[in-house]
Amino acid sequence: MALRKVLGTETEYGITVRGQPDFNPAVASALVINAFPGERVRVQWSFEEESPGRDARGFGHEGYGVADPDSALVNAVLSNGARLYVDHAHPEYSGPECWDPLQGALYDKAGEVVMHVSAVEACRALPEGHEVRLYKNNSDGKGNSYGAHENYLLARDLPFGDVIRYATTFLVTRQVFTGSGKVGAENGRPSVDFQVTQRADFFEEEVGLETTLKRPIVNTRDEPHGDPGKYRRLHVIIGDANLSEVQTFLKLGSMALLLAALEDGALPEALELDDPVEACWKVSHDPTLSETLPLAEGGRATALELQFRYLEWIEKYVRSEMDEPVWDRVLEVWRGVLEDLEAEPMRTADRLDWVAKYRLLEGFRERDGLDWNAAKLKALDLQYHDVDPERGLYHRLVRRGAMQRLFTDEEILAAVGDPPERTRAYFRGRCVRDFPDSLIAANWDSLVFDIGESHLKRVPMMEPLRGDRDRVGPLLDSVADASELIEALGG
Amino acid sequence: MSDQERARRPARKQEETEETEVIEESVEADVEKIDELLDEIDSVLEENAEEFVKNYVQKGGE
Repeated sequence: MALRKVLGTETEYGITVRGQPDFNPAVASALVINAFPGERVRVQWSFEEESPGRDARGFGHEGYGVADPDSALVNAVLSNGARLYVDHAHPEYSGPECWDPLQGALYDKAGEVVMHVSAVEACRALPEGHEVRLYKNNSDGKGNSYGAHENYLLARDLPFGDVIRYATTFLVTRQVFTGSGKVGAENGRPSVDFQVTQRADFFEEEVGLETTLKRPIVNTRDEPHGDPGKYRRLHVIIGDANLSEVQTFLKLGSMALLLAALEDGALPEALELDDPVEACWKVSHDPTLSETLPLAEGGRATALELQFRYLEWIEKYVRSEMDEPVWDRVLEVWRGVLEDLEAEPMRTADRLDWVAKYRLLEGFRERDGLDWNAAKLKALDLQYHDVDPERGLYHRLVRRGAMQRLFTDEEILAAVGDPPERTRAYFRGRCVRDFPDSLIAANWDSLVFDIGESHLKRVPMMEPLRGDRDRVGPLLDSVADASELIEALGG
Repeated sequence: MSDQERARRPARKQEETEETEVIEESVEADVEKIDELLDEIDSVLEENAEEFVKNYVQKGGE
């Protein structure tokens, strides 16, 4: 039986300071992070157990994972178990470990609220007329991209070569429902009026360790954030940040199912593409979804046809192996989206960001007679992603009832404060809430406390599913402070 | 594509014919709604689109 697909998202947000074109993005990002008005603890993010330079193919790289002495200035752990920090020149929200894709999508949305309320607070510290604006997108339209990554727990004994063989085509073809849409092309790709994804133009390799240049379709970073003898963490970097709740749910759910089916040997064929990188660009540059892709074994198929193959296999797999309703829901959304995309892509405008955005752009083009090069269309493209509910065009669509939703605003707000209950994020979040003064350093798989003794106390959390509410809730309820917690945990 | 793929298609065609009428009825209502929506968006779009787009420059990340 496949390992539970514990999962989560990490999103870097685009940032500008209106009224100050020469703003320093790192400084502005730090301002935002430190302004978060909710429950959080500023921590040293300890790098001792992190190894972003370790490669799943078996070799290490130097020059990664250097501890930053100023890390406590720009790193916070939130009471929902997330990490909020400055990554390069962007504010980043790394959501907590989630039990299933529905919860994963919920905590991803919570991240938008975290960013929005932080930006509002940050504005108070700025001179009049200056305003921080944050965008949940992945490109500035000028050749610079920033990431929206997904993480999935994998069994260590699944050969990584299998992940590469089986997941590549899936990742390329799922773009038809993971894209957030973009006006124009970048990074030397052929020009196009509008494309399905923000990110495809930046992918140049099939497999690799990089995330900032020559980005690979399958990222080999081998940093399990857990017991390395048992686990891998698949770090998926070829996805767009989505505003649509349904889309994030589908993106996480379909990938989790693909990986579970792979672990259980339930995928009959690898469906390898002749040229995955070329195919990646082609799929994104074709909003009609009619382009066919050459297959390695000969013949051609469209991205949608290939997605239908995966869906059929996985429907069969879920029927025989998975009994939680959430997986049926993934299949239902998946089939509905693929069938609507096949019949008429515009039918998915209530579920997919790229289609919703395309429909708006076409509306303006028709009404105002605009050329695809018009600045107004590019502005609209950006503003779709503004996290501010007044300015953000996605939010305007939601308010008009034009986007399907999975969550209420109240549920999202609750997820800003409370951690998921069935993973170790629960322990992390509760410690932020209960012992903010003692918690001084954190990592995904450990917490470090200062309880006033000569040595700091480190609590390892190498099992992503331990530290859940059932296991540690009663203990946390029974201790008065961090000293008692450490004592109860065995010193 | 696979045989399964071909087998699935004809079934869809029938559904589509049945759906056509419903879709045509809702088109007019949609157009009106879209016009309203575009007006609303016009009222919140950043004032100087050209400057806004020009100034939106990010450092790479990840």
